[in-house]
Amino acid sequence: MASCALAKPQMRGLLARRLRFHIVGAFFVAVGVACACKFGVAEQRKEAYADFYRNDDSMKDFEEMRRAGIFQSTK
Amino acid sequence: MFSRAARSWVLRTTGGGLGTRGTHSPGGSARSQGKMASYYTNHYAQRSYPMPDEPYCTELTAEQQALKEKEKGSWAQLSQEEKVALYRLQFRESFAEMNRRSSEWKTVMGCVFFFIGLTGLLIWWQRVYVFPEKPVTLTDERKAQQLQRLLDMKSNPVQGLASRWDYERKEWKK
Repeated sequence: MASCALAKPQMRGLLARRLRFHIVGAFFVAVGVACACKFGVAEQRKEAYADFYRNDDSMKDFEEMRRAGIFQSTK
Repeated sequence: MFSRAARSWVLRTTGGGLGTRGTHSPGGSARSQGKMASYYTNHYAQRSYPMPDEPYCTELTAEQQALKEKEKGSWAQLSQEEKVALYRLQFRESFAEMNRRSSEWKTVMGCVFFFIGLTGLLIWWQRVYVFPEKPVTLTDERKAQQLQRLLDMKSNPVQGLASRWDYERKEWKK
């Protein structure tokens, strides 16, 4: 059969190699996704809340809501 | 073990359909002479289970039996054709043949789309003949009043609905 000799394929450690590749990859993917969530979602949300409450006048908001007539306890 | 049996059943039903759909069978003189193993007792090999329990051809002609006897000796004395013949006696398909692509996905997608379309027709009929009247709260006027109330009470003012509304100009923020 061997008129052209093929190189002997890798016979051992196939699962170990696959596991290592995937564990390392999964680790970096997980870390990447976590960083993306932290900066894309968490930090953005914290900044939005900080901006909102910096110049927030809750009494003014209450007066506007009261004038709009949504309360049952007061007019 | 159970998954192997289940997988072999699936393969038999789908693979049987594949086989009858006109894919060429591997030719060879050995095949035309030996009795093929019964299709229902010997599932053919899959990539995940490549060594079936029984050889493919169990009833051998005299010529094939002689070849089997020769196989018991040193394999270096076998010619290339004899080795291929022995392989074909043992296995129904080679790896290249068993792993070939198929057009099954077209059938699957076709059936999926067909049934989605059928479901759409059924739901349309239901909407015409079965569904009761919509409640009054779903008219455009009532929906506008609800939206106005949400904006009045400043629901979700940080990132949500009321944050998109410009209260000075009374319009949506650009």
